[in-house]
Amino acid sequence: MSAARGRKLYTFPGGVHPEEHKAESAGRPIAAMPLLPLYVVPLRQHIGEPARPVVQVGQQVLRGQMIGAPQGYVSVGVHAPTSGRVVAVEPRPVPHPSGLKDLCVVIEADGEDRAIDMTPLDWHRMDPSALRNRLREMGLAGLGGAVFPSFIKLNPGARRQIPILILNGAECEPWITCDDRLMRERASEILIGAAIMRHMLGAEQVLVGIEDNKPEAIACMTAAAVGSDVEVVPVPTVYPAGGGKQLTYTLTGRVTPSRGLSTDVGVQMFNVGTAYSLYRAVTFGEPLLSRIVTVTGHVASPGNFEVRLGTPVADLLAAAGGERPQATGRVVGGPMMGFELHDTAAPVTKAVNCILVKNAQLFPEPPPPMPCIRCGECARACPVELQPFELYWYAHHRDFGKTQAYHLFDCIECGCCSYVCPSHIPLVDFYRFAKSEIWAREREKQAADQARARHEFRTFRLEREKQEKAEKLAKKAAERLESGAVAAEDPEAARKKAILAAAIEKAKKAKEAVQPKNVDNLPAEVQREIAAIEARRRGGADEPEAAATARTTPNP
Amino acid sequence: MLAAILVMSGIALVLGGILGWAAIRFRVEEDPLVEKIDAILPQTQCGQCGYPGCKPYAEAIAKGEADINRCPPGGEDGVKRLAELLGVEPKPLDEGLTHKPKSVAVIDENLCIGCTLCIQACPVDAIVGAAKQMHTVIPELCTGCELCVAPCPVDCIHMEVIKEDVSSWKWRYPIISLKRAA
Repeated sequence: MSAARGRKLYTFPGGVHPEEHKAESAGRPIAAMPLLPLYVVPLRQHIGEPARPVVQVGQQVLRGQMIGAPQGYVSVGVHAPTSGRVVAVEPRPVPHPSGLKDLCVVIEADGEDRAIDMTPLDWHRMDPSALRNRLREMGLAGLGGAVFPSFIKLNPGARRQIPILILNGAECEPWITCDDRLMRERASEILIGAAIMRHMLGAEQVLVGIEDNKPEAIACMTAAAVGSDVEVVPVPTVYPAGGGKQLTYTLTGRVTPSRGLSTDVGVQMFNVGTAYSLYRAVTFGEPLLSRIVTVTGHVASPGNFEVRLGTPVADLLAAAGGERPQATGRVVGGPMMGFELHDTAAPVTKAVNCILVKNAQLFPEPPPPMPCIRCGECARACPVELQPFELYWYAHHRDFGKTQAYHLFDCIECGCCSYVCPSHIPLVDFYRFAKSEIWAREREKQAADQARARHEFRTFRLEREKQEKAEKLAKKAAERLESGAVAAEDPEAARKKAILAAAIEKAKKAKEAVQPKNVDNLPAEVQREIAAIEARRRGGADEPEAAATARTTPNP
Repeated sequence: MLAAILVMSGIALVLGGILGWAAIRFRVEEDPLVEKIDAILPQTQCGQCGYPGCKPYAEAIAKGEADINRCPPGGEDGVKRLAELLGVEPKPLDEGLTHKPKSVAVIDENLCIGCTLCIQACPVDAIVGAAKQMHTVIPELCTGCELCVAPCPVDCIHMEVIKEDVSSWKWRYPIISLKRAA
């Protein structure tokens, strides 16, 4: 603690102080969920390529068995949360702002909850690359919300080592308390996870940043860190203190460059939940099967739950005593950055840290938006020092080039600008719209470039083939000329004639080569009949042959 | 007086010489107009504009032979961007041309007789197959030009509109409902 007191903290610009609402759910210990009859496990739970299903309908699976294999580099595995039978691999509702369905593996639990053989990993002695590969298969991804595959972040790469490791326990978003509870109850496990991370990154310093509105969590983590050089640092409570770049700056004073990563300034950051799941993965050989989820807001008994990934939100809400009457909707995540949940059949995924049930008192309908008066409140609140009103202006007019000139992609979508806007403009919605529009255009442009290249090559190839053909025929004609088969008075006419003759001969050969195969097994009288017809046909042989020649000539 | 004139004209000559040399030495090879137009066109290669591909259409626009509103896959957005580039007023798509949602060709593999006609028609080589072998469309490469649909003698090719999924989904333009403030 003495070291923590001595550390100089930096204050990032902007930020807001929304009502915290942490007390509702922070008081009760993490509760376990009963085993459910059905789990719906989405294959896209992380950033990057979705996992590829590796189980079939009807197959028996065990807890911890891989049901989705990583495909592509930025991808991790997906595992069965319990033992049972795969009853479907089909698109189902998922927690996504679109409300669209996505491919899920549906598992009917058999109630036995048998697990695969899990072998602990010897992380001290294991080859770092092999260890990372195991973590990739075990499905480890960041549990802070971005769900970026952890094995990639645990690779120091060409830098060989990353000097500072930060554990993010700030949990700045209102209502959410899952990290708070985890730090209070499983502090020493988190620190074991941190030690493994430190080993993998070669970090010299480990910092744990926790907002000072969580004194219990700070006390527990500090107690667990006694005897080690891990430094638990309370940081001032201001939203968004838990943003990656913000916490990096608060603790180290290092500024992550625009569109860069914190590793560019020698810092790697993980959520405390990720450290805990790494501990479980290494110590027990257990893949990422569950996470802590806060259920709060307008529910009977708010609290935190240890939830198996794939648990339908409806069952989770039931575990929290169910929604109270007059609920007006559910939010996945917090009120600042979360999104509306369209269907409670959607399951909990690695990214879901909170289910927040709304009612009219806590979350009143926002007043109708008014025009922007360019007061600049948003610019004062922006923790990234952008000019949200300008970004809004250009996104509103779909001038995407200008939005990029105003550093749209440095926006972390924290929602501070929307929170302070006196005109109640949903500013972040405009930035999300502009960002996804720019990405879509980039994808379209890449597809167009590919199509252009393929078309150009095809044109070139057709031209080349035509030329080759002409050369071949000319050569043949020349040979015939030499052999004296054609009178040599008019070479041009002779050449043409030769080409024609060659073509006719080729067509004839082609025709002979093709024999109908469906007449082999016919009785003798039918065969005779066919023969008779063929003979009659050959009577006026020339015409159909010419037609055949015309048909086989490809249209250039 | 004479000295002053000489000095001034001397300086002018030297500077003029430097500028002239720099104009040749550091000449910026500017993107020809055709390339710029071609970059805006969607590269569907469908020929709906009346030209055999996007490049020939771009050339025709550059020469002033073709209007900018003849590309249905580019849609209104494409026309707007062409208008911006060429400094003319945007206009709606030409009569008889309509913008359709992006789709891909799908071959019914049970019906395909392996005639290779669609392969010959495909402008971007997105169909795989050989004579008397089943053909199939590589959906990632298909531009949705529909040129393979007509030549098929057994009508086994149809166009399927690409459905939005979680990965291709876009945030909608925020629609602010106009309600009376209470």
